[in-house]
Amino acid sequence: MTVETPPAAAPAVRRIAAQASFETRAILRNGEQLLVTIVLPVLVLVGLVQTSFLELDTQGYSRIDFVTPGVLALAVMSTAFTSQAIATAFDRRNGVLRLMATTPLGRTGLLAGKVLGVLAVEVVQVAVIASVAVALGWRPDLGALPAVVGAGLLGTAAFTALALLLAGTLRAEGVLAVANLVLVLLTVGGGVLLPAEQLAGPLAHAAVLLPSGALGEAMRGALLHGAVPPFSVVVLLGWTAALGAGAARLFRWH
Amino acid sequence: MRKEGDPQLGPIATHLTRVVHTQVTDRDDAPRTAAYDCAVPLSDAPAIDPAQAATAGAVPASPAGAAASADHGVAVEVRGLVKRYDGRAVVDGLDLVARQGAITAVLGPNGAGKTTSIECCEGLRSPDGGTVRVLGRDPIGDARFLRPRVGVMLQDGGLPTGVRALELLRHVAAMYAAPRPVDELAERLGLHGFARTTVRRLSGGQRQRVALAAAVVGRPDVVFLDEPSAGMDPQSRRAVWDLVRELRADGVAIVLTTHLMDEAADLADHVHVVDHGRVIASGSVRELTDGVADRGPHGDPQRSEDAPWGKGGGAGPGTLRIEARPGLDLAGLRNVLPASLSDGGGAGAAPWIAAEAEPGVYTVTGPVDPSTVAAVTAWLADRGVLARSVTTGSRTLEDVFLDLTGRNLR
Repeated sequence: MTVETPPAAAPAVRRIAAQASFETRAILRNGEQLLVTIVLPVLVLVGLVQTSFLELDTQGYSRIDFVTPGVLALAVMSTAFTSQAIATAFDRRNGVLRLMATTPLGRTGLLAGKVLGVLAVEVVQVAVIASVAVALGWRPDLGALPAVVGAGLLGTAAFTALALLLAGTLRAEGVLAVANLVLVLLTVGGGVLLPAEQLAGPLAHAAVLLPSGALGEAMRGALLHGAVPPFSVVVLLGWTAALGAGAARLFRWH
Repeated sequence: MRKEGDPQLGPIATHLTRVVHTQVTDRDDAPRTAAYDCAVPLSDAPAIDPAQAATAGAVPASPAGAAASADHGVAVEVRGLVKRYDGRAVVDGLDLVARQGAITAVLGPNGAGKTTSIECCEGLRSPDGGTVRVLGRDPIGDARFLRPRVGVMLQDGGLPTGVRALELLRHVAAMYAAPRPVDELAERLGLHGFARTTVRRLSGGQRQRVALAAAVVGRPDVVFLDEPSAGMDPQSRRAVWDLVRELRADGVAIVLTTHLMDEAADLADHVHVVDHGRVIASGSVRELTDGVADRGPHGDPQRSEDAPWGKGGGAGPGTLRIEARPGLDLAGLRNVLPASLSDGGGAGAAPWIAAEAEPGVYTVTGPVDPSTVAAVTAWLADRGVLARSVTTGSRTLEDVFLDLTGRNLR
């Protein structure tokens, strides 16, 4: 028997970085995923800013300043929730989660890699959306950046937890349907693009309690007022805790 | 036949050990039945010490024992494994041992509990009872220790579909401190031809090869391969077998499940036949095909337990296999077979079993010798029947398998 170094794992940082990069490339290479994560938010941005078929109460802000924060919130939702739920559900069905769990990466490494992959895709999204917005006349206050990052992280946590809860409990085809449907419903009536108080009837009150409404408010707060509203922070943390606990308990690897 | 790692076992143990009904509860220290203890010696020999290894090495090695350099220590030990799904036990008191430097095949019909047992060894499922030890460790509790040392090829592949074949292999390799060189491994398994094709567009056999490469890229000490050559063309299968044999020579413990009897027969040093969630027979391929006369729980009723060759004595049973038109009346065949002539026709019943195993395929089992072949072909000639093939040889592993597990579809 040849004498070799005993099998050993690569350092955890390298394993997780490799997984994060792998996940990021997988999403950015997938046509449908790009449609949801990049094309859709950009279309919404251009559509809401350049056309006037939707009457907007911009509360005194320019259309681009008023719309861009909501589009960024939408981008976070599409990646952390819809894209991640679908990718994880199909990975689960195809045995990818189980296979990677048997490598030195393990389950926690896999989760960490996925979360970092989501954040990396979000960086790409923000770069693209911000570029388009700037081209359309957006001049954000760069001092708002830390608040935007904070709001993005809180939203990512809540929606990734929701994605994992869904992906770990439903069939892959079911997740595909539900994740897209929920994205559409939250976009239209969840207080993401427009402030909750502008929604019709009871939605005006309900939407601020939804993770979508809270994320929208957080982004608008950061970019329009320079601070994230504490109420949104509480709502997002609450959802993260509840959905995360649910995912931890109910997620099935098989 | 050399008995690897079990030099202390007597002749009886060289025959098939049937693991008879066992009463195993969730507790490791729970009382076990005598039957259980009887089954232990073959499957539970401790790792041999160097002195014994030297003795064993003096015995002429069979081809399967070519990897004599490995130490044959126990790498995987499963005792009384129980796993239930929705209250139904799919694994029900399974015992299994796999050694370093040996290929251990787990055979069984669909739904026999093979994959579930393997997944318990991989740490992917937690047992409801019994113990599982891989390299002496608990697959779940000691996962961090075992993950770099255990390679896994899942039955459904477990490959992400959107990435390119070689990109995936490089990714898995990145999880290990000192992986095998990816290009060399890809060359071995012929992956370069589709290196830049996404997994989604690979054929079943190509995916299997990528999955196998992923299982071994980390230089594991133990490899679990769940139906490794399913969907492979003969060339691929050969490449896979070569690689598996090379791993064995390097001292790796290989556990593979398969439906392919020739795969088990060609590769395995040790075979466990699993049915209804437990091991119903285990031994080397030779032991199973030579020494078996015990009927399995659903065994072929044609095979009598008290056939004189039944216990695999020196003369040993042979099987003459004839392919011809279906529906031949075999009643007269016994009378022309040599043994009955030499017996003087009367006293001892002729030790022959002739049967139409499936339409057009006949087996004649007994002390086959040259005169048997002459008698059978003459009998065929008398009836004007032209056989498509007449082959001799001991029973195949497939015969044994079907006897043990029955011929019914699951």
